[in-house]
Amino acid sequence: MIDIKVSFPWTCETAPMSDAPPLFAAREPIFPRRVRGTFRTLKWAILIVTLGIYYITPWIRWDRGPNLPDQAVLVDLAGRRFYFFWIEIWPHEFYFVAGLLIMAGLGLFLFTSALGRVWCGYACPQTVWSDLFYAVERWIEGDRNARIRLHDATWDARKWRLRLTKWAAWLAIAVATGGAWVFYFADAPTLLVDLITLNAPFVAYATIGVLTATTFVLGGFMREQVCIYMCPWPRIQGAMMDPGTLTVGYRDWRGEPRGKGGIKRRQEAAAEAIGGGEAKARYGAAVEDKDHAAGRTARDGSILGDCIDCNACVAVCPMGIDIREGQQMECITCALCIDACDEVMAKIGRPRGLIDYLALDDRPPSVPGDTADVHPLGTASDDAAPSAAAADWTAQPVWRHIFRLRTIIYTFAWAGIGVGLVVALFIRPEIDLTVAPVRNPTYVTLSDGSIRNAYDIRLRNKHGEERPFHIALRADGILRIELEGEPDLTVDVPANETRLQRVYVTARPQDAAASQERSDLRFWVEDLVSGERAYQDTIFNGRGQE
Amino acid sequence: MADRKIDPETGTETTGHDWDGIEELNTPLPRWWLWTFYGTIVWGVIYVILFPAWPLVNGATSGILGWSTRGDVAAETERVALSNADMNDSLVAVDLAALEENEDLHRFAVQAGASVFRTYCSQCHGAGAAGVQASGYPNLLDDDWLWGGTIEDIVYTVRHGIRNEDDPDARWSEMPAFDGILSDEEITAVTHHVRSLSDLEHDAEAAAFGSDLYLDNCASCHGDNGLGDRFVGAPNLADAIWLRGGSQEAIEAQLRAPRHGVMPPWGERLGEAEVRAVSAYVHGLGGGERPASE
Repeated sequence: MIDIKVSFPWTCETAPMSDAPPLFAAREPIFPRRVRGTFRTLKWAILIVTLGIYYITPWIRWDRGPNLPDQAVLVDLAGRRFYFFWIEIWPHEFYFVAGLLIMAGLGLFLFTSALGRVWCGYACPQTVWSDLFYAVERWIEGDRNARIRLHDATWDARKWRLRLTKWAAWLAIAVATGGAWVFYFADAPTLLVDLITLNAPFVAYATIGVLTATTFVLGGFMREQVCIYMCPWPRIQGAMMDPGTLTVGYRDWRGEPRGKGGIKRRQEAAAEAIGGGEAKARYGAAVEDKDHAAGRTARDGSILGDCIDCNACVAVCPMGIDIREGQQMECITCALCIDACDEVMAKIGRPRGLIDYLALDDRPPSVPGDTADVHPLGTASDDAAPSAAAADWTAQPVWRHIFRLRTIIYTFAWAGIGVGLVVALFIRPEIDLTVAPVRNPTYVTLSDGSIRNAYDIRLRNKHGEERPFHIALRADGILRIELEGEPDLTVDVPANETRLQRVYVTARPQDAAASQERSDLRFWVEDLVSGERAYQDTIFNGRGQE
Repeated sequence: MADRKIDPETGTETTGHDWDGIEELNTPLPRWWLWTFYGTIVWGVIYVILFPAWPLVNGATSGILGWSTRGDVAAETERVALSNADMNDSLVAVDLAALEENEDLHRFAVQAGASVFRTYCSQCHGAGAAGVQASGYPNLLDDDWLWGGTIEDIVYTVRHGIRNEDDPDARWSEMPAFDGILSDEEITAVTHHVRSLSDLEHDAEAAAFGSDLYLDNCASCHGDNGLGDRFVGAPNLADAIWLRGGSQEAIEAQLRAPRHGVMPPWGERLGEAEVRAVSAYVHGLGGGERPASE
């Protein structure tokens, strides 16, 4: 029997007709709770700095003299030029951009191998804008519980008012985001006036419209769905991390068994725990503090770990996951659960770091209550008393995870490309000269039997005013040079332009260059204003063997 | 669906596919993804209504917007023609001798001419304008001109063509076939003389014998010293350029049964502006001549 089940998106929430699972699932709404702490503060700082750079950069001015734009960072698509402060990149120098992209890629490798998905957690635009949108949402609709109530509430006037206010605020941010983007491609003050007076080009409005829509939808509604379903990075990062990579994790050997047991400390239990090596197994050999060693007991008297199962880490998570389940693709390592848990640990008088930046190989050799399905990456487990090895175990310091051979190799590769680019920037010639020999035909026989080659010489004037360039020739034999339309062998190249000049080189019939198949030739170009010279070697084609 | 398999770790159904013990979870798709999919279907339907879509026996449905790529090209061509109209008018009006002095107009003419050349002329003269010696298509890059190398001469050649019946004003060259008029020995001797004119390897005795024959039979067109005559399109025999090859065999073959170049008239087909443009391009290829007065 053929069992065909048609599933429509609107049937997902109703009970399934059969016991088959739904083909489609609605997004589970997430209401991250406000959290305070070290990492939250760091994230705010990074958010302000990155957004600040994004919004302010196009407005920085930079004087380049006449005929050139005075915007510090400008992508001039029509003029095919990229301005970055004192650097000016022409299309033929695009390798600088390629180099920067390679550096960005290597930098991502470096940070991922050392710090895991730190890019995802702090710097990714999706994270930064989602964070900003969440902040706005929290400011307008209230914290987690208020937002859950609002979500479940019927659409009355209050809900409409709050939702519309929130959407309006989001839209304003989105417009500002899309709006800032176009300023990188045109003179910002001029474009702003044009945009307001409706005189800007259509493409500017279209770009703003598209980026506004994407910011609004991706930051306000798609949020973690972008990371889970759209972004390839969570899939790639698995190959870049290793057990020594720092990532956000849960010290299950310290937290488990979790439970809402008595928070009251019992001196006997504490003494017992120290005696049994329990504390050392949980906190490492370095921990001798009695306070840390104090155990918690459940109502039935069994000893509990530090996790009080308050769900604070889950409530603050913008990805809607439980970090205590171990490494997950969804985790962007934003570290907000660390802040949330530290807050709780402080309240119950336990050391911070139950959830912390740690490496997967930073776990005791054998831990109490360890079971395979809770710790997929854990070592062999048994419920026996902690071994001596576990008691001697100490977590590696953070710097040992950051300065490893792998990260050092990445750093050198990264820095090497950076140094190479800077060197290339300083030694790049002021005169740009390309010589293209005309190859159709390779040579022309003139009526007196002399042999003529043609060359297309392209000269770039990178200066803000017209410059004369003198073109000369150097070869072993006697060759005559002629410039089409320029009897004095001097070419005037307009400011900031490339000029194509056809050059003819002729060898008399009796000269070696005419009868040889090929001979060497060098074109010299001199900037008659600055006196700078440049050359390029090429070939003169003769009759050869006939 | 009794044989459903549930993954114990996640509680999610598996697809039943198994690779070395790794099973694929049948995780439900996000619902927005499905909406996006439906969105593309709606988009597709609208697109089919608006734009050309369904292939038919002759052509395709046109869509209610009436858009077509050919229409785009036509509009673009019209736009370019319109924006070039002023330049073309100036080009038709300008005195050819003064064209080079008007830099903007000259640059326009050369660039437009390059494009005309590639479209209409390159089939014979080659994309690089170097001609094809084996077929007798002249090289336009050198300084040797059968019919004159000033821009006026070139414009005339392009406009009326050479040896074609379509244009009464076409340039017309004629060389008799000497096979039968001269004996084999005489043809060989004349050839030696012709080769001596440009210092090519030759038999001096034969050349001396051929000299008189040349003066009797050839000099009326090619001139006593072999310098040719542009008025009748007679090539210069004393220079280093040979339209159909300068070897003994090639010259003899041309004496016995001459081949003549043919070129269609382009004046009516291209219009005056394009004729002038392509002439300016050819004139600028490296061999262009200035009027004698200059």
